[in-house]
Amino acid sequence: MSTVIGGIVRRELSAYFSTPIAWVFLIIFVFMTALMTFTLGDLFGRGQADLGPFFSLLPWLFMFFLPAVSMRLWAEERQTGNIELLLTLPVPPATIVIGKFLAAWAFVALALALTFPLWLTINYLGEPDNGKVLAAYLASWLMAGAMLAAGSLVSASTRNQVVAFVVTVFLLFLLLWPGMTAAELESSTSGFARFFTELASAVSFLSHFRRLADGIVNVADGLYFVGTIAIFLVATGLMLEWKKTHAL
Amino acid sequence: MISCYRISKRFHDHTVVRDLTFVAQTGEVLGFLGPNGAGKTTTMKMITGYLPPDTGEIEVCGLNVQAQPLAVKRCVGYLPEGAPGYGEMRVWDFLRFIGQMRGLRGSALQAGLERVVWLLDLEKVATQRIETLSKGFKRRVGLAQAVIHDPQVLILDEPTDGLDPNQKQQVRELITNMAQHKTIILSTHILEEVNAVCDRVIIIANGQLVARGTPHQLEMYSRYHRAVSFEADIPFTVLDQLKSLPCVLDVEYHARRKQITVIPTQGLYIFDEISHFLRQHDVVVRRLRMEAGRLDEVFRNLTGSQSTDVNQVVDETSRVNLGALR
Repeated sequence: MSTVIGGIVRRELSAYFSTPIAWVFLIIFVFMTALMTFTLGDLFGRGQADLGPFFSLLPWLFMFFLPAVSMRLWAEERQTGNIELLLTLPVPPATIVIGKFLAAWAFVALALALTFPLWLTINYLGEPDNGKVLAAYLASWLMAGAMLAAGSLVSASTRNQVVAFVVTVFLLFLLLWPGMTAAELESSTSGFARFFTELASAVSFLSHFRRLADGIVNVADGLYFVGTIAIFLVATGLMLEWKKTHAL
Repeated sequence: MISCYRISKRFHDHTVVRDLTFVAQTGEVLGFLGPNGAGKTTTMKMITGYLPPDTGEIEVCGLNVQAQPLAVKRCVGYLPEGAPGYGEMRVWDFLRFIGQMRGLRGSALQAGLERVVWLLDLEKVATQRIETLSKGFKRRVGLAQAVIHDPQVLILDEPTDGLDPNQKQQVRELITNMAQHKTIILSTHILEEVNAVCDRVIIIANGQLVARGTPHQLEMYSRYHRAVSFEADIPFTVLDQLKSLPCVLDVEYHARRKQITVIPTQGLYIFDEISHFLRQHDVVVRRLRMEAGRLDEVFRNLTGSQSTDVNQVVDETSRVNLGALR
């Protein structure tokens, strides 16, 4: 079975790299993260040797970049008709769903790894807590996984990659946004606001990510992302099955 | 062997396949004939395990498709309509990927790859990207992926669609050569193909089976079955006389080609009588021959207008089948 998953992951990755998608994505992603960290995040002006600005901007960059990675996962298969080929192979559909997801996740891992010049910069400028940086990178990667799994679900629901992209951006915004509201409402003391704050921070990617990225290693927050990945991947499988009969 | 028992499939409120029952034996090429949208592709998708039927049972290689989908998929090779493939992949890499997914490893994989590349004459394009290939080569790549694991059952959705006559001939030869030890179902709306490759045919219209039999048996439903045709300069008076013979149902005259077709009453054998008549009237005849029947006419009659006589033909066909077939 592992060779089968490996085969799918390899094919997906080679599909990214045999088209301009991968190169365009990697170059612009790395460029944008650096640019925004130095301008919007004001890395130098803060006078602190950490990657705080980078990690606080990353969720919003992910919101636009990751849908570009996940949009083709299934929409393209449906568009080309290869979905029939794929789903009549003697491989459980779950294996294919997971294989495709892992390929996208590995690709994002590479993109994250390529932001290493930022890490080199702060190490040159000062003495950052590298353990904390590593934890934040891991948190980013975990959150990216959850976002890609959500994108995989959206991609499975359409044959149009542009639709998949736009809907995924919107869905990711909905998943991030409650975390912002939570931060705003934190100061409020009314019971209703308290309840809403807790609810928002419980469902939002952002609050879980912030805690992890702050170096607060928390099993619950980690499990939250792993669970989210699992839920979206199961939903992807169900969507594929449902779409076979309900959309020609 | 493939057997479908009373399978039906609905999409939304539209019934695409209705109560379809048929069997395809090992060593047999079964043709699915029918107009576009008749339900051929949907039926094939159900046999390959891509779509579940709403009702009915499908068995492939003695296995129930819904109970053991993976085991069934393992023994089936499938060429989907249009024969896609990953355009950005090279032919060899694509075939290797499919081989791996089908559980081939190491030397078995290598042997399978070499066999299909040789079988489908793909050496020249093995390192090319699929998107750069001509339609004919793309189709051959599609066929190659369908047979890489040497499956017992082959499901081919319009395997020769869009190919030029030479390529069609190649694909048909390939199918015929493979047919001996496999069960093959292919769909087509090219009638010449039916005679060329199919041992038996089922005609589907609006998701229903309207006729089944060997190509020859289906030709018997044509009014041209045992019709006598010839070319001649024939006076109209003689033509009228010919028409008035009791064994003649109708006479068709093609003015440009000077071709006359004499259609018999109720499929009677009239060849001797007609040739005798022509000799009597001193008609100089070229290309006198007896027709087997015209499949395209049978096809149009069975699938063109959905009326009560269609059902009648089905009943007749079934009766013939019970006697002549299994």
